Amino acid sequence: MTMKQHSKNMPVRSMTMIQALRSAMDIMLERDSNVVVFGQDVGYFGGVFRCTEGLQAKYGTSRVFDAPISEGGIVGAAVGMGAYGLRPVVEIQFADYFYPASDQIVSEAARLRYRSVGEFIAPLTIRMPCGGGIYGGQTHSQSPEALFTHVSGLRTVMPSNPYDAKGLLIASIECDDPVIFLEPKRLYNGPFDGHHENPVVPWSKHPLGEVPEGYYTVPLESAAVFRPGAALTVITYGTMVFVCEAAARETGIDAEIIDLRSIWPLDLHTIVESVKKTGRCVVVHEATRTSGFGAELVALVQEHCFYHLESPIQRVAGWDTPYPHAQEWNYFPGPARVGAAFKRALED
Amino acid sequence: MRHTSHLRLHVPEPSGRPGRETDFSYLHLSPAGEVRRPPVDVLPVDTSDLAYSLIRVLDDQGRALGPWAPKADPELLRKGLRAMLKTRIFDARMLIAQRQKKMSFYMQCLGEEAIGTAHGLALSDGDMCFPSYRQQGLLMVRDVPLVDLICQLLSNERDPLKGRQLPVLYSVRKAGFFSVSGNLATQFIQAVGWGMASAIKGDTRIASGWIGDGATAESDFHTALTFAHVYRAPVILNVVNNQWAISTFQALAGGESTTFAARGVGCGIASLRVDGNDFLAVYAASQWAIERARNNLGPTLIEWVTYRGGPHSTSDDPSKYRPADDWEKFPLGDPIPRLKQHLIAIGAWSEEEHEETRKQLEAEIIAAQKEAERYGSLATGHTFSAAMMFEDVYKGVPEHLRVQRRQLLEE
Repeated sequence: MTMKQHSKNMPVRSMTMIQALRSAMDIMLERDSNVVVFGQDVGYFGGVFRCTEGLQAKYGTSRVFDAPISEGGIVGAAVGMGAYGLRPVVEIQFADYFYPASDQIVSEAARLRYRSVGEFIAPLTIRMPCGGGIYGGQTHSQSPEALFTHVSGLRTVMPSNPYDAKGLLIASIECDDPVIFLEPKRLYNGPFDGHHENPVVPWSKHPLGEVPEGYYTVPLESAAVFRPGAALTVITYGTMVFVCEAAARETGIDAEIIDLRSIWPLDLHTIVESVKKTGRCVVVHEATRTSGFGAELVALVQEHCFYHLESPIQRVAGWDTPYPHAQEWNYFPGPARVGAAFKRALED
Repeated sequence: MRHTSHLRLHVPEPSGRPGRETDFSYLHLSPAGEVRRPPVDVLPVDTSDLAYSLIRVLDDQGRALGPWAPKADPELLRKGLRAMLKTRIFDARMLIAQRQKKMSFYMQCLGEEAIGTAHGLALSDGDMCFPSYRQQGLLMVRDVPLVDLICQLLSNERDPLKGRQLPVLYSVRKAGFFSVSGNLATQFIQAVGWGMASAIKGDTRIASGWIGDGATAESDFHTALTFAHVYRAPVILNVVNNQWAISTFQALAGGESTTFAARGVGCGIASLRVDGNDFLAVYAASQWAIERARNNLGPTLIEWVTYRGGPHSTSDDPSKYRPADDWEKFPLGDPIPRLKQHLIAIGAWSEEEHEETRKQLEAEIIAAQKEAERYGSLATGHTFSAAMMFEDVYKGVPEHLRVQRRQLLEE
């Protein structure tokens, strides 16, 4: 289970991931007058997912404001603001719509410190709701993390629960490097283990929905051992953390589940220690398989744990197709597919 | 209307090609002194006529005419002429150095010197320019040490950018010169963001963004105009229309039968179209736009009409796509003789002073080049250490880059 970082006497209350993210932005708007929050529908309305509700009323329109529907414009303006000395936290409404901002993210935000030898920096946080499992179809379900992890100069982060969401978002906002902050929207209101036939369980029923009200951080580049185990190591992040937990429960396999939290740069130490202990490894993500981030994870484990491996590294991912609508549950890697991979990893 | 049975694709062509003279009537020039000068709080919609005419101050005799004549101190104009000369001589020397293989690449701004220098003189310390790769005039007028610039061009051991960037892609924060990117137009919206930041903080500084005619076709041109208009950002949006984007004529960027200034009006931005080879007009129009921005009156778009006198870069041969003597025929002439003529006419300059200044600048640039070459070059192998390439990717050096740096040093 996630190691809690905050001081013990801080008041704690039950929050959804949405409330936790909002709390992180609220705290950073309060603490640092250079923090500004903007994006499409982010201001008056409070965001299509309610993540910024009330912030404009509290901090004013010059700190929290609506933006034109222009992803390239939102990120490009944020790069200019960062060069001035602000700390912009911008939102792309869905990760599926970051593509028009690719040039500003890859060619500008990621490279600015390097190409100017630190004269100018881009301390941005770009929030993007991502992931499937919500009947979002092709353009409301994608998991584009591999497109960011391939870019030198970017940090890519994805929380799996309200506690981490708040701590990681505060750490990301404070970080002087550009951070792509991916939020699995399937987890906004409650954990989801892939059993779409079951009623949704709210975060108020989960211990990780207990979130400190004040300031705390979850450090970047630190993975969490979400479920300790001895039989095999599962490397995953986002919604799949809960799917993997369900797969372990249903197969009875004592899987050690690592929630990466920071996808890249990552916490290699935690991965290597675990795989050396278990000798078996399964990598799981929602994103499509070929050249997905799982390929990098498989390569790293192979390189660092080769002599400890007792079976081939297994990979469970979305199929190499666009994300379909009607075939949602045939596409989304659920507990059955993950459990089957666990079993394959235990063969030999 | 004649009925045609088949559709035809229209692909714009320049009137001039190698061996065939350009017909410059497409420029729609206005006589010097003729275009009105509205108050700085003019409504953007009321600048429509200005976006389709051409603000000019200097006539063919070098007289300053009309409402845009800036009444500038002759000392400032002398400084401007000196900065233009410095820019041109610097470019010429660096072109030679590139041909001598001392540096890998260079880009001149031949013929466009008035724009960066006059605009730079009109701005204040603390204002931030977001230049493209052809605004070295901004650096020259702000007296950035030439040795630093040449070290960047040589990628040597004293290169302020540690050999990471192509020659010409300078970054000089203290001179208000934002890091130049190879990706076109990206800096245009960033300038708007910088201006928005200044407004958010209740500052008094403004931003100045730069783009060429060709790059206006990039999406960031449109995002910049939209954001500048929406948030009334304190920014000047400079479009340097030098008629050419490498080999493509400005009509192919969307300039046929219209102007780039007109785009500004369409987006609700006060817009001017100005003779870019007329130092006085550049200075006056810049002052006007700066006053608007500084007084919260919003952004201004300025199309500077000029001509790219030289090749696009040291990798380009314009004789393959345009007439060899095109620049000589360009109706707006050369900015340096035009200002020189004016200064001589008002008794603030002379042929002797011109020649002496030229020689002095030549000597200054040669001395700077010699000093810079003492610190080596890419050609001599005296560059920043390879281990430095892993720094500044992030604020610190993450583990994977420490491992890669170790691998490089061990192999």
